[in-house]
Amino acid sequence: MRAGELITTDLQGRSGDETDIQRAYSVLEEVMDPEVPVVSVMDLGIVRDVDWADGHLHVVVTPTYSGCPATEYIETAIREALQGAGFAFPKVSQRLDPAWTTDWITGQGRERLKAYGIAPPVGSSDKRSLVSGVAQVTCPHCGGDETEQLSEFGSTACKALYRCKSCLEPFDYFKCI
Amino acid sequence: MTKYDDLTEFLLRLGDSALVHAQRLCEWTGRAPALEEEMGMMNVGLDLVGQARNWYEYAAERIGDGTDADTLAFRRDERAFRNLLLVEQPNGDFAVTMTKQFFYDAWQYHLLTALQHSGDERIAAIATKSLKEVTYHLRRSSQWIERLGDGTDESHQRMEKAIDTVWRFTFEMVEANDSESALASSGVIPSLADLPEQWLATVNDVFRNATLTVPDAPSTFYLSARTGMHTEHLGILLAEMQFLQRAYPDASW
Ligand SMILES: [Zn+2]
Repeated sequence: MRAGELITTDLQGRSGDETDIQRAYSVLEEVMDPEVPVVSVMDLGIVRDVDWADGHLHVVVTPTYSGCPATEYIETAIREALQGAGFAFPKVSQRLDPAWTTDWITGQGRERLKAYGIAPPVGSSDKRSLVSGVAQVTCPHCGGDETEQLSEFGSTACKALYRCKSCLEPFDYFKCI
Repeated sequence: MTKYDDLTEFLLRLGDSALVHAQRLCEWTGRAPALEEEMGMMNVGLDLVGQARNWYEYAAERIGDGTDADTLAFRRDERAFRNLLLVEQPNGDFAVTMTKQFFYDAWQYHLLTALQHSGDERIAAIATKSLKEVTYHLRRSSQWIERLGDGTDESHQRMEKAIDTVWRFTFEMVEANDSESALASSGVIPSLADLPEQWLATVNDVFRNATLTVPDAPSTFYLSARTGMHTEHLGILLAEMQFLQRAYPDASW
């Protein structure tokens, strides 16, 4: 038995309801991605489910990339944020299926990425756009359309490195997967 | 020598190939020809370590007795590894590295495409996830093969030499296998009968654009990942990769 399991419910005997779930979601809106600290786990679309079971809040997340080093960090951050909000022993688990897609990044998430200097994914993640050539990406700095890919991989696996031909600035592009 | 059931052996083949290939990529840290390429190789390696972990976790659950993904990666000897002979080969120059990468990516791409439709849901989920990443890996390595093959005289010549060096290990990717056929007939995975042809078609397409010649089909020889009979290079790679966990078992930070 792990330490937290001595606590039989998250809310001192009171069973959780829909209001608590909504409250949990608003906590999750504030849990930021460690590598792109302007987007939350909700913006990224990696929270797949929030529900009650056996007196505990259960949060299901999906990893962005198989080897994403932020996955464990994010799970811990979610647990700590929920504990800070009064959920005594929330449980966080991982689900692979269905696989995460950049289509799940919210409109707000895309705006936040752009404001941070990262071009959001272009188009939808169907197989065609993956195999066929390089996406037409807009520069997040000046809005110019004349950009070129420098490398298929940028500072992290989820990004490619681009350069703007108008303002000449390099920038990260959040790849469509 | 422990030989596991067909499915566990198959999972180890996938996991070990990803991990050993990733370990080779790490050797380029600080030595790649350009910063962009270094980041590219490290990110591909990271994807593969993640994929290896997913396959290992499944294999470990099947093996039981307290085995976990770390035990499989760091506490097994050379003879227990089921990785393709190709991926344990030394990096050589950038042409050899990219040739290995391309042959492996093309194999992963077609294999994972098939495995997405596995009867075993866990395999299907890991394959679907991994394929998204591998599609980018294959796109990158194909572009490099074309750029190097159809580049300067020097790069073309080095590509020919690289193909010469590693082609003989590709027999493993195109040989039929009884235990995989058994897994397919029991509905765990789809039939992989078309895999050799698909792999070769991708190699043909990319080599044509790269002005490179595809050699004759390689012949099987006595070494085989399936029996744990590796080339002399794997032991040295493992000695480095496993050092910490061997010297300080259960070390953590
Ligand atoms: Zn610009």
